[in-house]
Amino acid sequence: MAEERRPKQCTVVLPTESMKAMAESIGVGQLQEESCAALSEEVSYRIKDIAQDALKFMHHGKRCKLTTSDIDHALKLKNVEPLYGFQSQEFIPFRFASGGGRELHFYEEKEVDLSDIINTPLPRVPLDVSLKAHWFSIEGVQPAIPENPPPAPKEQQKTESTEPLKAVKPGQEEEGAIQKGQGATSAEAKGQFGLKPPLGKKDGLMRMKPRSTHELSVEQQLYYKEITEACVGSCEAKRAEALQSIATDPGLYQMLPRFSTFISEGVRVNVVQNNLALLIYLMRMVKALMDNPTLYLEKYLHELIPAVVTCIVSKQLCLRPDVDNHWALRDFAARLMAQSCKTFSTTTNNIQSRITKTFTKSWLDDKTQWTTRYGCIAGLSELGPDVIKTLILPRLTVEGARIKAVSDGPVVSNIDKIGADHVQSLLLKHCASVIAKARPLPDNVEQYRADYGYLGPMLCSHVVKARAQAALQAQQVNRTTLTITQPRPTLTVSQSGIGGSGGSRTPSIIKVPSSLTLMSTRPGTPTQPSPPATKYIVMATSSGSSSTQQVLWTAVLTATGKGDPELPLLQRISSLELPASEIARRL
Amino acid sequence: MAAVQDGQLNMEVEKDIKTEITNDGSGNINANSSSPGSTSSGGKSKSPAGSGEDQQTLLAVLQFLKRNKLTESVDILRREAGLSADADDSPVSDSAGAGSGGVPNVSADGGDANSLLSRVSIATPVAPPATAPPKVVAASGGEDQPDVNVVLSAYSQQGDPVLYPLYYNGLKKFIESVLDCHRAELSQVFYPLFVHMYLELVYNNHENEAKQFFEKFSGDQECYYEEDLRILSSMSKKEHMKGNETMLDFRTSKFVLRISRDSYQLLKRHLQERQNNQIWNIIQEHLYIDIFDGMPRSKSQIDAMSGSLAGEGKRDANKAKVFYGLLKEPEIEVPLDDEDEEAENEEGKPKKKKPKKDSMGSKSKKQDPNAPQQTRIPLPELKDSDKLDKIMNMKEATKKIRLGPDNLPSICFYSFLNAYQGLTAVDFTDDSSLIAGGFADSTVRVWSVTPKKLRRVKSAADLSNIDKESDDVLERIMDEKTASESKILYGHSGPVYGISFSPDRNYLLSSSEDGTVRLWSLQTFTCLVGYKGHNYPVWDTQFSPYGYYFISGGHDRVARLWATDHYQPLRMFAGHLADITCTLFHPNSNYVATGSADRTIRLWDVLTGNCVRILTGHKGPIHSLAFSPNGKFMASGATDGRVLLWDVGHGLMVGELKGHTDTIYALKFSRDGEILASGSMDNTVKLWDTLKAFDDVELDDFTAATGHIHLPENSQELLLGTYMTKSTPVIHLHFTRRNLLLAAGAYNP
Repeated sequence: MAEERRPKQCTVVLPTESMKAMAESIGVGQLQEESCAALSEEVSYRIKDIAQDALKFMHHGKRCKLTTSDIDHALKLKNVEPLYGFQSQEFIPFRFASGGGRELHFYEEKEVDLSDIINTPLPRVPLDVSLKAHWFSIEGVQPAIPENPPPAPKEQQKTESTEPLKAVKPGQEEEGAIQKGQGATSAEAKGQFGLKPPLGKKDGLMRMKPRSTHELSVEQQLYYKEITEACVGSCEAKRAEALQSIATDPGLYQMLPRFSTFISEGVRVNVVQNNLALLIYLMRMVKALMDNPTLYLEKYLHELIPAVVTCIVSKQLCLRPDVDNHWALRDFAARLMAQSCKTFSTTTNNIQSRITKTFTKSWLDDKTQWTTRYGCIAGLSELGPDVIKTLILPRLTVEGARIKAVSDGPVVSNIDKIGADHVQSLLLKHCASVIAKARPLPDNVEQYRADYGYLGPMLCSHVVKARAQAALQAQQVNRTTLTITQPRPTLTVSQSGIGGSGGSRTPSIIKVPSSLTLMSTRPGTPTQPSPPATKYIVMATSSGSSSTQQVLWTAVLTATGKGDPELPLLQRISSLELPASEIARRL
Repeated sequence: MAAVQDGQLNMEVEKDIKTEITNDGSGNINANSSSPGSTSSGGKSKSPAGSGEDQQTLLAVLQFLKRNKLTESVDILRREAGLSADADDSPVSDSAGAGSGGVPNVSADGGDANSLLSRVSIATPVAPPATAPPKVVAASGGEDQPDVNVVLSAYSQQGDPVLYPLYYNGLKKFIESVLDCHRAELSQVFYPLFVHMYLELVYNNHENEAKQFFEKFSGDQECYYEEDLRILSSMSKKEHMKGNETMLDFRTSKFVLRISRDSYQLLKRHLQERQNNQIWNIIQEHLYIDIFDGMPRSKSQIDAMSGSLAGEGKRDANKAKVFYGLLKEPEIEVPLDDEDEEAENEEGKPKKKKPKKDSMGSKSKKQDPNAPQQTRIPLPELKDSDKLDKIMNMKEATKKIRLGPDNLPSICFYSFLNAYQGLTAVDFTDDSSLIAGGFADSTVRVWSVTPKKLRRVKSAADLSNIDKESDDVLERIMDEKTASESKILYGHSGPVYGISFSPDRNYLLSSSEDGTVRLWSLQTFTCLVGYKGHNYPVWDTQFSPYGYYFISGGHDRVARLWATDHYQPLRMFAGHLADITCTLFHPNSNYVATGSADRTIRLWDVLTGNCVRILTGHKGPIHSLAFSPNGKFMASGATDGRVLLWDVGHGLMVGELKGHTDTIYALKFSRDGEILASGSMDNTVKLWDTLKAFDDVELDDFTAATGHIHLPENSQELLLGTYMTKSTPVIHLHFTRRNLLLAAGAYNP
């Protein structure tokens, strides 16, 4: 006798109010309570009866969803005229109304103007039924083609990695291997299981780790070779294709361990060799892997995260740190880190807090180099405004002093100076928006200086701009009062405070190159005003960091007598592929 | 010419057209009448049937006793005389019916209406309702009222409604306290008892008591009865019982239980000791207890077989011999493999080669002892084109891949795109050159999946211009202008639920919600015939493997056998208690299998119209059937997601394949029968090792005799592969002649 209980049988009956409402709708005024009760029972019974018949039509229609036509056919079975007018495919748009303590669901019948229908252009004709054949299985193995589902769905990958132990009956093949369509291998495995007597356990259950095959087929090996070569090769078009494949192909599950090792080893080697380009390529591979919705990366984070963190905080990532744009790589890797924190951080693995701790620790260290410092800050600030507020803002004063020391103090080395500049612009960029949201008006320069020290005035101008922009975006109409009154004083302030940033309006895009050449002539100037300014000005082309880079590049180039300064820069950018696309996305 | 299905009516002297058909294992049409306690039952009717005169006297005595309400004496006499209940019941009830005048009787053909013909001649004009199922009668309007009352009146016996739960509880306590070995068997009684007690309460207007009773005990019932319980629960008033099909099923057919003699004795003693007449009455009236000698069955054995609407099939219902062997293949001259030779002699000369090897080869040499006689049912003559096709078939068969666990078939999937959930049926031709789809928008579409396009025959006017003597006349009659990859056939006025190609690829059958089966020509792409007979949706139709005959079954619970050139059915197979959901011909064309929403499968003899097998065990409506190529085994799939394997010859369940999670709509054996492919709503195709499945079954004499099979739990070992589609329910499967598996379904984004 089945002792387990089932959900209660449906003894649901329509409410008597519905009966009244229906009676009223056909003009029967006073319906007695008793008749209502009798009616509702009868109606409920009939409805259930019809629904049961309708289910038959659903089953024979090979559907899982009951449609209105099923109900119509069921009514027809009972010699009842079907309900006309409910032809909606998906659902019947019942509307709800209440009032006077009564609730009503009704089917709204709108009046339709025929001329409207006649005048509207005809909708597209739906496509006709067509037949398409594909290989569903070839001698027992399901080919990995787009028509077939991915070999191992994400849930399965997850259960495999999170529940490594499961009860397997001896002689019973675990489903994973079968689902991968490897009939032959599973048959062999079955043989093995069948021969081996279960060890120890008397109940016939063995706890064993499910087998996962690690051999790659020849095709997969070829694919892996092609993809990795393209990813780190010289042909950009090929690389784009390969990355696209990594990001979308549903069948990479088997190769994931290889890819992960490839990346982590690659980073290890290329950091030592300071091969910036390769590091960038590898990070792009990480990004592509993370973009692939069918992969369950959790198992490989232990390899990927160190690689990414290396690219963020490594002391040196390129051969010529003063020239190469390793900052962009740090930014990019920082964003990757933030993304993986968002996706993978759980209370169990604590990725985010561990990462935060790592960054903070090395940032707080006085001996940390500017490059690493930059990486830490970038990594932290990408984690979101909350992290910025709690960890970065309190240290702005200290950091400002440090920057001041480098820029105002005796010329130590060019590298330190560049690093300090980058850190400054980075801080300004990330903090401004946070402060703009958190700090109440007005934005007083002195107050800012008091609060944030050396960086205060610059922050102030950035905050003002951030506010202006926010307001601009928020509402066009109210703009007048807010933005006009606000920016004026700050503009003058910034003009007075730091010379040269006066022309920070959109027209100055044109000015940029010229002013840059100017700046290059006087290295070691106390202030580097244009970077923060250009960040907002040159919206379409560069962000703060790269524009600083741009400054330096053009400086070098003009100094060496090369022509148009923009051109090599763009080339450089496009070869890295980072700034242009990323900036466009961010902005 | 409608031949009534029943070959065993002989013993019943009269037929009552107004009553329900009591469908027992043998498809008997029994009379049912008003006197309480005198319901007919068909099951055990055969043994005393022949004893003639003596019996008549006894019956008369019994009748007299009954009229005088001497029920005890009736019982005693009955026992002493060794008369089964129904042997005396039927005549009694008949005469009672006639006597009371409540029910009109057609008693025209007395006791001697033995010949099928005379029966038919009488039956046909008067008796369509007699062969029609209960629901037809019920739906036909006012006249069904007396009918229902007749049916219901059996419930009029009054008991104190308050005592019902007590009775039930008492029995429950008793059964829980008996020895373990009997408990499982006796527990079977709960469900039918529960149903009938509930219905009695409802019938006698004890609405509240009924509800309480239901709430209290419905949870105890086996989970596979859930569907029926839901229907019952909605039925809370006497008025609802009128015209409710499920209720009629419970009432008109006895619930069959198989119980060992020991267990039965226990139960009987208990009930008699307790004077528990209420329950005893129900058991006697509404239950048919099939007592067997031997070990009581275990819980798993019982569970494997139960689940159908009216209990298990009776053992003697599965006793008839079934000729499951294949027919001898006609000997065809196979030309040499040479291409040119083949071209020049369609008819001619050469080389009597026996059909090639494999299973066919052995069979064609000597008659299979299990095969029916070649001429048992008349089959259409082979035409030249058929012979050509057979030759092609054999040639292909030589290239067939041997399948096995280490050699799985390749699967080609045909997805119907943009079908908007409207694809309801699919069929492939045997040579896999055409594919047809039935759609919810009433259309039938035919695609050619070979480069050869579909062409129509030219119009009559154009045809007359053709030189009929020319060699390529067959080419000339085709209209090139109409060549296309697909053709649409319009004609139905409701969703097309069943579709089937004729073996010669000249015709296509389709069955639809509109109650018709249509025959389409694939030469002209027009409708040739609309077969009207089913007045309700026709869920499935299937051509015979030899063509000419076809079977259809639908909501009216009657399967009909047709021949393409007759507009009326040749046979009507009545017996199922709910919709017939799928139909299939046996490979030798002598039998027809039908699966039904009553969760049983029946096998019918085409020649006699008898039901020769009732197979129970499914827990949901059956939606797919497949015969193994050697005709010995059958597979069936249902909404419960299980595939059951049957031995047709013994009428036994021999395997259970678990794995699917949703309705199985497609089943097919590979051409050599080694592999069974199943396709389901859960978007998977699974392959099963049937050779192993059939090997694993050990059939000793005892199991063969009793049908108490112990199923091995080996689904996982038998599963050879699972292939998942993206989002396409699999609704049809087909093995090509070379053992490539084709699957079809509508992509459902």
